[in-house]
Amino acid sequence: MARSPVDTLIRRHRLRAIELLPWLLAIGAYFVFGDYLALGSQILIMILFALSLDLVLGYAGIVTLGQSAFFGVGAYAAGIYAAHVSGEPLSGLLVGAVAAAVVGLASGLVILRTHGLTLLMLTLAVTALLAEVANKASFITGGADGLQGVDINPILGVFSFDLYSRTAYIYCLVVLFLGWLFVRRLVHSSFGRSLVGIRENTVRMHAIGSPVRRRLVTIYTIAAALAGVAGALLAQTTQFVGLTVLGFERSGEIVVMLVFGGIGRLYGAFIGATVYMIAQDTLAKLQPEFWYFWIGLLLVLIVMFARGGLLGLVDKAIRRFR
Amino acid sequence: MTPALETAGLHKRFGALVVANDINFRLEPGARHALIGPNGAGKTTFVNLITGRLAPSAGRILLNGADITALSQATRVRRGLGRTFQINTLFRGLSVLENVSLSISEREGVSGDMLRSIAAHRTTLEHAYALLQQLRIADDALTPVQALPYGKQRLVEIAIALGLRPTVLLLDEPAAGVPSTESAIIFDVIDQLPADIAVLIIEHDMELVFRFARRITVLVQGTVLIEGTPTEIAADARVREVYLGEHQHV
Repeated sequence: MARSPVDTLIRRHRLRAIELLPWLLAIGAYFVFGDYLALGSQILIMILFALSLDLVLGYAGIVTLGQSAFFGVGAYAAGIYAAHVSGEPLSGLLVGAVAAAVVGLASGLVILRTHGLTLLMLTLAVTALLAEVANKASFITGGADGLQGVDINPILGVFSFDLYSRTAYIYCLVVLFLGWLFVRRLVHSSFGRSLVGIRENTVRMHAIGSPVRRRLVTIYTIAAALAGVAGALLAQTTQFVGLTVLGFERSGEIVVMLVFGGIGRLYGAFIGATVYMIAQDTLAKLQPEFWYFWIGLLLVLIVMFARGGLLGLVDKAIRRFR
Repeated sequence: MTPALETAGLHKRFGALVVANDINFRLEPGARHALIGPNGAGKTTFVNLITGRLAPSAGRILLNGADITALSQATRVRRGLGRTFQINTLFRGLSVLENVSLSISEREGVSGDMLRSIAAHRTTLEHAYALLQQLRIADDALTPVQALPYGKQRLVEIAIALGLRPTVLLLDEPAAGVPSTESAIIFDVIDQLPADIAVLIIEHDMELVFRFARRITVLVQGTVLIEGTPTEIAADARVREVYLGEHQHV
């Protein structure tokens, strides 16, 4: 007896065994690549950041080059909190999330009235504004010298950050796991499906009575909070915040990572950020003055021949062998 | 009886161009009403004014007796105003079942739920599937809309609107672009629309208009030329001149 289409549809949203693979790999990497845990932590942070971007860009279809604004606000908020208020890390994450969410909500309410190129320009403008604020407010941000004195207490008063980034890696992994659980639930919820509806056809969503703008502002704010957590993790694990956290470059880079991996499918963030960060690290060692060229070439190839990113290629390969 | 939909002195101009000129229109509950007129008569503008995609320059719109002129599109929909589009306006990458479940989720108020998987709203999906069965497109439930033949896509267009359980349904050229071999299935669905829905159909296809409509309004250059029964419209000399004359080949 054939399964009803309703069951089939629901089944598509269920957790599959393969979805545990990234976590097994991440845990394995802890033991195998003990010397690279600092890079590993950075990768985990960028995955979380890319996940936040996937929510707005991949699922809701909000074309943005401004996601680093929230990453940066989270990093600065957590850094300043650690330097001046308390070095307790978990409350620091919360501070980063809330600060980024506030900026996300405020800017989202204004700029999500527009779309297309105008929206794209406005997301860039918000990032530029914040970067300039961080630059000029050097009495609190450290300006171009960066924020110093970010001392982080042991997590839960027990696990102190060590030179080999062991604690940092586990810390980032746990936070990423929780972030992933949340994002996964979100994209498979009715709300998440309605975001996909907005991406697929905004006009029709209006015509079926969907509060489109409210939904967009909501997801924009949530994604900002997640990006803020990622930024806070960076501030805490590197114990430093520099102006680059807010730059255009970081915004562009995270879009590239997501495009590498595959947009609008959750695991593109995992693959894209990992491949990009490792490629960057390796290429920068081999050809310090030339590595960006290879990243650029890779991007051209992916955009021209593999529109679904690396995960899209995997899909194609699986279909061919079936 | 309170009309399902009424416009009073509805007026819209873009600069000097008047596209809706003082339109007074009534749609009775359960009506089967057609709005016809030559190209550029302002039919789609009229639909966009009613649904709230465009704001009128003057005049009022009443839905089931309540003034909706100032309400947002979304609020009008929740008050029972559904529409379809002349050009397919679908969620192309999603399956037929998902297309329809999006509108049913909105009506049933579950689409704001962030924290539970769609499996928690199984009944919503089942309502969507039941609607597909009713329209005889259940076999394609899991097919992405973009892979469907055009005629079936037009049915999905109608199904999404029906998922809202509207009291007033605006069908904007439901058979537009459908090859004549497939148009019968669309006509059948329109014939079988629930009797309690007031239906306004905007159509070029005179076969469909005269088969379906019990009243017809003729719009010319943003102005109502005449309103009457199909027999009256078919007999009217002015209508023949401005409109039917162009379509004698139909």
